[in-house]
Amino acid sequence: MSWLTEPLQYGFMQRAMMEVIIIGALCGLVGCFVVLRGLAFIGDALAHAVFPGVVLSYIAGQSIMIGAFVFGGMTALGIGILSRSRRVSEDSAIGVVFAAFFALGVVILSRQGGFNRDLGSLLFGNILGVSMDDVWITAVIGAIVAGILLALLKEFTLLAFDPTMARAAGYPVFALDVLLLLLVSATIVVSLQTVGNILILALIVTPPATARLLTDRLGRMMAASVLIASSCGVTGLYISYHAGTAAGATIVLTATAVFLLAVVFAPTHGLLSGYLQRRHGHHHAHHFHAAGEEVELS
Amino acid sequence: MLQVAYGANLAVAGVDARVAPGAIVGVIGPNGSGKSSLLKAIAGVLRPHSGEILLGGAPIREQATRIAFVPQREEVNWDFPVTARDVVMMGRYRALGWLRWPGKADRERADAALERLGLGGLGHRHISQFSGGQQQRIFLARALVQEPRLVLLDEPFTGIDVQNRAIFHELIRAFADDGVTVLVATHDLDEVRETTSHVLCLNRDMVAFGPTPTTFTPANLRATFGGQVAVFEQVPIFERAP
Ligand SMILES: Nc1ncnc2c1ncn2[C@@H]1O[C@H](COP(=O)(O)OP(=O)(O)OP(=O)(O)O)[C@@H](O)[C@H]1O
Ligand SMILES: [Mg+2]
Repeated sequence: MSWLTEPLQYGFMQRAMMEVIIIGALCGLVGCFVVLRGLAFIGDALAHAVFPGVVLSYIAGQSIMIGAFVFGGMTALGIGILSRSRRVSEDSAIGVVFAAFFALGVVILSRQGGFNRDLGSLLFGNILGVSMDDVWITAVIGAIVAGILLALLKEFTLLAFDPTMARAAGYPVFALDVLLLLLVSATIVVSLQTVGNILILALIVTPPATARLLTDRLGRMMAASVLIASSCGVTGLYISYHAGTAAGATIVLTATAVFLLAVVFAPTHGLLSGYLQRRHGHHHAHHFHAAGEEVELS
Repeated sequence: MLQVAYGANLAVAGVDARVAPGAIVGVIGPNGSGKSSLLKAIAGVLRPHSGEILLGGAPIREQATRIAFVPQREEVNWDFPVTARDVVMMGRYRALGWLRWPGKADRERADAALERLGLGGLGHRHISQFSGGQQQRIFLARALVQEPRLVLLDEPFTGIDVQNRAIFHELIRAFADDGVTVLVATHDLDEVRETTSHVLCLNRDMVAFGPTPTTFTPANLRATFGGQVAVFEQVPIFERAP
């Protein structure tokens, strides 16, 4: 029991717990649309592109969120415009430009003293250093992002599932896409302190990917993703406290472990259930082809 | 004169056609002749390179809510976490408007549409758990609840069995009877002869357009496909058989 309670006697651990629960919920929610709209690569580009902003506001002694927001917003717009022009090499363009942004951040930082120490905390996050203000900012921005996402859930779902129909039906597809990128960008920015630029994408992509293995329904997937991300955050934080490991990386590994468990044990989509179905379900498989209307795949 | 281009490459070089409400237009042409591009331009997915598209005399983009687009099977993400009913309900989203959620009435409507297409009681199933023909019917049900003025179908008959075909025909005719215009891009020439009221022969340029009986002729087909249509040439032989 003290394994659970002992860390919580410290103020920094209490704040870190609150932060990781909020961030987990937010990443788990927004991540569903990153995965379903196929934005994982773009999300990674965003996470790297905000780095110069992080460095500049760090050097100026400001909250790293300010610079990150400026760069994140610009990048989201830039990607939106780039992907609108239907260029064949869109992916490479994004890759080239945002790798360069990242390098720029590192170069700016390397001009400062104490380069290695700073680089580490900026790249991998410093969750144990969050202040109560940070927690509040995260909560408010998280609520706004989640509110917008849920208010436009029906539009974002249609856009992710069938962009052609969304366009045919006259939705402002470009504006919605840019808005989604801005929401992803804001999520990345507020999460930077927890896991840093390099690992943030894992926290955005892994929980929804896990949740998708557990259910075929969007609503349940979103709920499961939020729960998984938050509880992996809390579990990872406990483990890192007791094992003395880096918090952000431990959280990511916890999420990965849960994902692997789901890959093996998930009810319908898991490897184990697939194996059992193949062993015991020969006649079921046969049924599927023979019975026309009576399709039953379980 | 409507033109559709990808960059400098003209996919549709010149289409000029007037279609009456309630017409069923078959768009035919060889692979790469611009059928999908034409449909996508009408759907508003591609912006015309030149020319304009009008629906009932007004620019079509102003009436986008009334256009139903049934995508080619390959373009759908069948892994997406939605059920058949969820997909059909998407047809109601535009009519519902922003910030409003589909209610019981919309759900019942979706179920009724599924029922009509022979998928009654299967609305709760994930879309990957249907056969190809059933999956096509889910998307037709979605078009149905949209109450469209114009329905665009891109190769709906690929890999469809006799029973599904019958359901398709019935629904397409029902649309037409209600004054809804239907555009079908297809490779199935038998289908065109049997179901459409008009034919648009496309090979980058519009080769021919008009009522099916007068336009669906060996000469036009040869001009469109360039002598590749053996199917049609064989028809007289069959007719001579008892
Ligand atoms: N996204 C794209 N970018 C560039 N060119 C394209 C694109 N899509 C199609 N094209 C080109 O446009 C032309 C028309 O293609 P389209 O898909 O409209 O033909 P289609 O008649 O639908 O063919 P199919 O019978 O194979 O479906 C082709 O030359 C094709 O190479
Ligand atoms: Mg096509």
